[in-house]
Amino acid sequence: MIPISRRKLITGGLVATAGIAGVAAAGPLVRRYGLIPPDCRGAYGAGETLTYGAQRLLTTNATAREFPRSMISKVPFANEIAPPSEGFKKLAAGGFADWKLQVDGMVARPTTFSVSDLKRMPMGSHITEVSCEEGWSYIAEWIGTPLHEVLHEVGVLPQARYIVYRSIEKDWWESVDMADAMHAQTLLTYAMNDGDLPVKFGGPLRLRVPRQLGYKSVKFVVSLTATDSMKGFGKGLGSASPEAGYAWYAGI
Amino acid sequence: MSATASLPQIKTRRHTGLVRITHWLTFVCFVALLVTGAEIVISHPRFYWGETGNVNMQPAFVIPIPASRDTVPTGYGYVMPDQNGWSRALHFEAAWAMVLTGLVYGIAGMVTGHFRRHLLPGRGEWSWRPYGRRIAQYLRMAPLAADEAGAYNVLQKAAYAGVVFVLFPAVIVTGLALSPGFNAAFPWIVDGLGGRQSARTLHFLVTIALVLFLLVHVLMVAVSGFRGRMRAMITGSVDGEDGR
Repeated sequence: MIPISRRKLITGGLVATAGIAGVAAAGPLVRRYGLIPPDCRGAYGAGETLTYGAQRLLTTNATAREFPRSMISKVPFANEIAPPSEGFKKLAAGGFADWKLQVDGMVARPTTFSVSDLKRMPMGSHITEVSCEEGWSYIAEWIGTPLHEVLHEVGVLPQARYIVYRSIEKDWWESVDMADAMHAQTLLTYAMNDGDLPVKFGGPLRLRVPRQLGYKSVKFVVSLTATDSMKGFGKGLGSASPEAGYAWYAGI
Repeated sequence: MSATASLPQIKTRRHTGLVRITHWLTFVCFVALLVTGAEIVISHPRFYWGETGNVNMQPAFVIPIPASRDTVPTGYGYVMPDQNGWSRALHFEAAWAMVLTGLVYGIAGMVTGHFRRHLLPGRGEWSWRPYGRRIAQYLRMAPLAADEAGAYNVLQKAAYAGVVFVLFPAVIVTGLALSPGFNAAFPWIVDGLGGRQSARTLHFLVTIALVLFLLVHVLMVAVSGFRGRMRAMITGSVDGEDGR
């Protein structure tokens, strides 16, 4: 038996008290600043929550690195996509003139936009890197309508906490929190480098979220929904990715 | 002096509780990070230098294994099972656990003098001579000197200090430089490493260095008496019969 000294007892007591107080204070703080991701449960929930919470405290206002034009990848890599659905092929045959983006949910004025509607709105562009979770990357210039312009146009309500966005292709949907949705670099992209956004890169419309990994930049976007809770969207984990075992927040 | 010294059956207190607990937590995290990191590498076993890299670009080097994605040309007509989902989740969770463990160890190491007394070079150890002498002793397989019984020799200190102060910080920084969110907030880190793909390549190479350390570490433990060393790192004492 090693006798515990009084000093050790007092130090230990102080550390324990500070720890308990810290945990007790964390709850309300965390709720107030929205530091809990929708996929916070399960074996890996602790890791996801720490990553998301830490990044929301440190990186909310940061902008993704932008690069000079000379660094644009000569041959960008287009990741594999499943064969297009009949619905997509029909719209492609019409040159995507009838492509529609439906915006609904917690908005004052639910609206449907065509790609030319979006092109008439204020334009944003940036030369940023697409980083895939597999490890590869490329740089391109992305041109489109900032998502916050669209959300402003439809009058997104202050209680909205997430924007859900869906591809025309089945079971391909994601969501971002308002920090990413309102971020200046989050673009509804319709053009890339020197031309229209090619289909293999997500054309006619892709939501680029450059502060997160490539899989958050869903291709062939047809709808946006503003919501205050992810309950009722799929399994309620935030997007299709956590249902397939991947993190909802991909800013890692 | 603690009361331990007066107990006759215990000769040497070897490792403090804090060192032992953080050692084994780090070990568990490291194994988890290594296995999941390997799974993630398998999805793109090509490494590049610079900012960008993909299959349309020249790699710096390639690991000659099949990939878990059919978009990667590997020369094998075989695609490995894709384990990236859980691997990524566990990789980041284990990274958090290891960083928090490292934080406790690092602060305690400074406060208690563990670093100064056990890991950093002592008086007369700031020249090459003691290192050369100790290497010669290893090569001759000379028996342990009496003054080394309860402490690390210069080479051990150098190895452990290298891991604690160089390799672990390096693996954390190069890992963070793969995070698009972190890079947005702290762009100078990834830029300083030479770009995102350079950071990924360095993350891999530092991992190889850590694995080499682990192999030599385990080998030396085995050579110098596996049971005794394990007992020291689990119970904290050498030659103690009561297993404290």
